Amino acid sequence: MAEIRIENLRKQFSDFVAVQDSSFTVEDGEFLALLGPSGCGKTTTLRMIAGLELPTSGKIYLDGEDVTFNRASERDIAFVFQLFALYPHMNVRKNIGFPLLSQGVPKAEIKARVEETARLLQISHILDRSVSGLAGGDRQRVALGRAIVRRPKCFLMDEPLGTLDAEFREVMVHELRELHNRIHATTVYVTHDQHEAMAMADKIAVMNHGVIEQFGTPQEIYNRPASMYVADFIGSPPMNFLKFTSGLQIGARSVSVDGVEIALPEVRQDMAVGELALGVRPEHIRFSDNSALRGSVYGAEYLGTNQIVAVETGKGLLKARVSADRTFRVGETVGLELNSEKLSLFDCASGRAVKSSLYTEARHG
Amino acid sequence: MSNATTAHSVVEPSSTSKRIAGFIVILYAVITMVPLAWIFLTSIKSPPDSISYPPKIVFQPTLEGYCNLFTTRTRQTPEYIQSLGPPTSTCDEITRSRNMVIAGPSNYWPRFTNSMVIAFGSTFLAVFLGTLAAYGFSRFRVPLADDLLFFILSTRMMPPIAVAIPIYLMYRELGLSDTALGMILLYTAVNVSLAVWLLKGFIDEIPREYEEAAMIDGYTRLQAFRKVVLPQATTGIAATAIFCLIFAWNEYAFAVLLTSGTAQTAPPFIPTIIGEGGMDWPAVAAGTTIFLVPILVFTILLRKQLLRGITFGAVRK
Ligand SMILES: Nc1ncnc2c1ncn2[C@@H]1O[C@H](COP(=O)(O)OP(=O)(O)O)[C@@H](O)[C@H]1O
Ligand SMILES: [Mg+2]
Repeated sequence: MAEIRIENLRKQFSDFVAVQDSSFTVEDGEFLALLGPSGCGKTTTLRMIAGLELPTSGKIYLDGEDVTFNRASERDIAFVFQLFALYPHMNVRKNIGFPLLSQGVPKAEIKARVEETARLLQISHILDRSVSGLAGGDRQRVALGRAIVRRPKCFLMDEPLGTLDAEFREVMVHELRELHNRIHATTVYVTHDQHEAMAMADKIAVMNHGVIEQFGTPQEIYNRPASMYVADFIGSPPMNFLKFTSGLQIGARSVSVDGVEIALPEVRQDMAVGELALGVRPEHIRFSDNSALRGSVYGAEYLGTNQIVAVETGKGLLKARVSADRTFRVGETVGLELNSEKLSLFDCASGRAVKSSLYTEARHG
Repeated sequence: MSNATTAHSVVEPSSTSKRIAGFIVILYAVITMVPLAWIFLTSIKSPPDSISYPPKIVFQPTLEGYCNLFTTRTRQTPEYIQSLGPPTSTCDEITRSRNMVIAGPSNYWPRFTNSMVIAFGSTFLAVFLGTLAAYGFSRFRVPLADDLLFFILSTRMMPPIAVAIPIYLMYRELGLSDTALGMILLYTAVNVSLAVWLLKGFIDEIPREYEEAAMIDGYTRLQAFRKVVLPQATTGIAATAIFCLIFAWNEYAFAVLLTSGTAQTAPPFIPTIIGEGGMDWPAVAAGTTIFLVPILVFTILLRKQLLRGITFGAVRK
């Protein structure tokens, strides 16, 4: 097993920059999810780590060794492709054993290891089948089998659940995480699905237009988004933004939004007057009749244990996640109270989060 | 359910429409087979039967055509023939009945062998080079790839025979006239453009993830090409090989121009049979019949790949 370190990695296709100056470290045994919308450079990043694509600049280290210019076959990495890439002219057993064949492993040992892998993935019964007739989930498991049979330094997976239907995807999310818990292989997992990333990963790197916007644990990313982009991409519904114009001084503990004073974590950064956005997660909004922040109910989406209530305020639509007990009438006037400890503040011009005690203290603690 | 459905049609075709379809297929097959049957039947007729009018449907089959094809004969007096011992073979017997004796083997067999060597040799070369070139064009960033591909295709835009005279002169200069090597190179040059284009289409269809997976799993690109790409390109390779073989096997114009002796192929040789013993149509027909066999065998051997090759787009997703 191994640590993957990426330094200032950049990839340019003629004049289009697919990946920009990415740096991050995946520690030994860690599960990293590369999360971002389609076309943001996730696959390109993964292919550079695998050695299928040469970076324009930057360095890749595997276990401290610089492998930037090593061939794919020399990196001892396993890759699970988006469409699995199972060889159609070989059966399941041959597919799984194929990586061992290249290493000159003796026949008997190949057989033993393929069977052991099949047991681990519970596909022993299909070992002698042709891969062309397999169902999506089994194809997935065979692809995983081909990856783990070699016991490589690390795994790279490119949207491995993308082609499965939603129901089955959930099953596989559990299987994958369980497999990771058992074999503790360093893993980089590419996905555009925040739920998959949240459910499986130890760390998440959120990408946008070739740039890593934030790198951190799922909790950090959810609770302390580093940019409006991350705040908006993660969470369903995403974080609400209340835009207003104001300046900020270090030590400020509240802001005034249209005359309504809203308390927030202590600001740790001076800001000249400009457009700011207060960020609040739907679950951090409560209804309170004596709150000065008011709006009228626009609609409610019932979700069983709770509901998403959309409220039209003077500053745009806010979505609140509240208990399903109370019924709201459309047009009803309500008061909203925001959880002052959980608020984020963003500079609209740069999109970056404004430093506050919520961010700095968590980082040190 | 009595009305079983298949993957291809929702409604089982009615027995009448099936019968009509079957009739049309059989009719078409019969029509296309008539010339072949005609050639074969002529090859087992005696020379007088072969030119009788109206054509004889019922006749006494004989191997005379095949005997005449493979031998050269000289006319002798009946007394001389009587003085010989008993005939040593069927052909000997047939020949003597025409007041002739076998003087030696004809050139058909060496010409046929030339055809085999030249056609299969050039097919192998064209497919080999075509596969590598097509793989290169398909997988690597070749500078000016589109222009090169167009150039390769453009070599087929005029009939090859248009450059016959320059090639004839060059070949004479280079000592390639009337050599098997010269013909192999020529047919390879003509076929390789077809091979590159056909095979590029087939290889483009093979997802590059297969090789990438193999390379990540510790194989070199060449190994990945051999173990992963080639097995999946077999249909395309088979289809291409048949097209190349048919061209090289049937080619007449260059063969007439560039081969006359040792390297002559069967197509220019077969017509010369007519001249040898008057209008010897059975021998010509015998030569043609045998000439058809290799292509027939090759196509039958590869028919599965060929069929899959032709329906390639439909089979893959
Ligand atoms: N070989 C290539 N040549 C040119 N552009 C490419 C190539 N590969 C990827 N790209 C571009 O780079 C961007 C990022 O692609 P990719 O890494 O596949 O995104 P993702 O996996 O996040 O969907 C896309 O806009 C894509 O069009
Ligand atoms: Mg991708």
